[in-house]
Amino acid sequence: MLDKADGQIFTGNVRLVHAVGMHARPAVKLTKLAKKFQAQVSVRVAGAAEWINAKSVAKIMAMRAAHGSTIEIKASGTDAEAAVAALVDLIATDFPDGA
Amino acid sequence: MQGGATGLAYRGRTASIGFAHGPFVRVDADTNGERVAGNLAEEALALRAAIDTASGQIADLAGIAGGEAAQILEFQVALLEDEDFIEDIFASIGEGDAADVAWRSALDAQIADYNSAADEYLKARSSDLADLRDRVINILRGGGGQALEIPSGAVVCADDLPPSRFLEIDWSGGGGLALLRGSPTSHVAMLARARGIPMVVQLGAIPDIGATALLDGEGATLELDPGAEQVRLFEKRRESHRKSRASARAILRRPTASWRGERIKLFINIQRVDDLEHADAQYADGIGLMRTEFLLTERGGLPDEETQFGAYDAVLRWADRRPVTIRTFDAGGDKPVAGFTLDGEANPFLGVRGLRLCLARPEIFAIQLRALARAAVRGNLKVMFPMVTSADELEAGRRLFAEIVQRLQADGIAAMLPELGIMVEVPAAALAIASFKASFFSIGSNDLAQYVLACDRSNGALAPLMDPLHPAVLELIARTAEHGRRAGISVSLCGDMAGDPRCLPALLNCGLRELSVNASALAQIKQTIDRLSSGGGVG
Repeated sequence: MLDKADGQIFTGNVRLVHAVGMHARPAVKLTKLAKKFQAQVSVRVAGAAEWINAKSVAKIMAMRAAHGSTIEIKASGTDAEAAVAALVDLIATDFPDGA
Repeated sequence: MQGGATGLAYRGRTASIGFAHGPFVRVDADTNGERVAGNLAEEALALRAAIDTASGQIADLAGIAGGEAAQILEFQVALLEDEDFIEDIFASIGEGDAADVAWRSALDAQIADYNSAADEYLKARSSDLADLRDRVINILRGGGGQALEIPSGAVVCADDLPPSRFLEIDWSGGGGLALLRGSPTSHVAMLARARGIPMVVQLGAIPDIGATALLDGEGATLELDPGAEQVRLFEKRRESHRKSRASARAILRRPTASWRGERIKLFINIQRVDDLEHADAQYADGIGLMRTEFLLTERGGLPDEETQFGAYDAVLRWADRRPVTIRTFDAGGDKPVAGFTLDGEANPFLGVRGLRLCLARPEIFAIQLRALARAAVRGNLKVMFPMVTSADELEAGRRLFAEIVQRLQADGIAAMLPELGIMVEVPAAALAIASFKASFFSIGSNDLAQYVLACDRSNGALAPLMDPLHPAVLELIARTAEHGRRAGISVSLCGDMAGDPRCLPALLNCGLRELSVNASALAQIKQTIDRLSSGGGVG
């Protein structure tokens, strides 16, 4: 059964400021954070055809997001809104240590 | 091994400086074990168990290793925990593949994908993936689980060694690493340097014998079953290295180098962004030469503006307020690049190379200049052109650069024209140095010597003639330095001479006060300047 919150899709956009783009270290941090949420979370480089599972480090790496590109995030599920906010924050703050 | 007899000696390349004297242990990858595949369910279970075992092993290693090594391993763990990735492999098993076959083909596909990336960071990850691939396959074949049994202080010899195997070895009792292949720029070399473990690579073929070994990471030699005299000489080298290193480290940490009361600025040369990871890099006064040719040799064609900007920006961020001198593409000569340099030149060293080539291919040059113009607002950037013969070439480059800056600014993109200088490596430029309206000069002593002495520097038969201390070479260096002093323009030298202690007295006497060397030479050069300053020899 779908309730209203579950059905709603939350989205966000954020610019990738990391100097070398979406590399191993940021990709690991991003997937680790995404996995903390129940929601289904997807990302893509703005304008790309395919959405990518934010919990898959192999796919995030294969996305090859370059420095300066815009990352689109969408999520659906119970904690979708929080998941989008957390990922936007992680990317916007350049993947701080301890995150 | 009888005392006095001479053992076998091999020479390779230095990957990490230091000395090791201990038992000689070969750890060549075991090729035992074709495994016999079970049914679908058994294969799926076998892979699941192997992944769990690998995960545990890597997590343990990361816990012990900490720091940089832990971050290298974290990515491997993340991949093992990637459901999407693992699911595809189980799907192949479901279609009848054996566990090791399915695992290997999935990892090989990833490795090939990373290797084809136009991005050196991503490529460096492929060796981590190969490490992970081999670990899981080894476990599947029943070979994993137990750590390598290496006696304390051993000189470990392998064809090549992945980072996780390095970390499994207990190095607390010292020891060293001798690789038949391998590379000084690999992750494992980085780990060895960070741990202070001597490492020599590219030793070539070594017979499968030997009970004890001497590994000299400074001279890049491996001696097997040494005689008493060899051991004595080795211990002498080790002791003099230890003393010299201790005093060099102390001098390295001093804020500045000086000679006869004058400040000597010491910069570093980097070939790629990763070179900044060298522990001594932080003590440099800045970056005297960032080569950019590495960007051209990535697979996937010539680098786009974002890739270049990312690399330049990363270096500027590292340098903070210190100056960073980036040299525009120096392709051609002995550095051909597909799709960029010209084919079939009869004499490429005297051909269309360096700035000549960039001006001939403005569509490629413009992309680099755009990336540099954008990077210029991010830090203390200086840009220099290589292989400049006449002042007109410098002005042509400047015009192109200025137009690009204007266009970027008109589009509302933050950009500026950085300070522009030239490499002094063509004798004509050194002789007519006053004709160049450059903000700085950087003497490229390797090419300058090659052109002045008319000796191809790659031709071994000419080695005795190829003397950078030839009076003609020194005369041109002194003239350039003198012009800089009178005109108030900074002059540095970034060739191999700067990193050679024997050349230092001559360079300082020529009037040079700025030198740029590889990070690994920084401590020794600073120490040599200190010795010369206090009246000592080059040591």
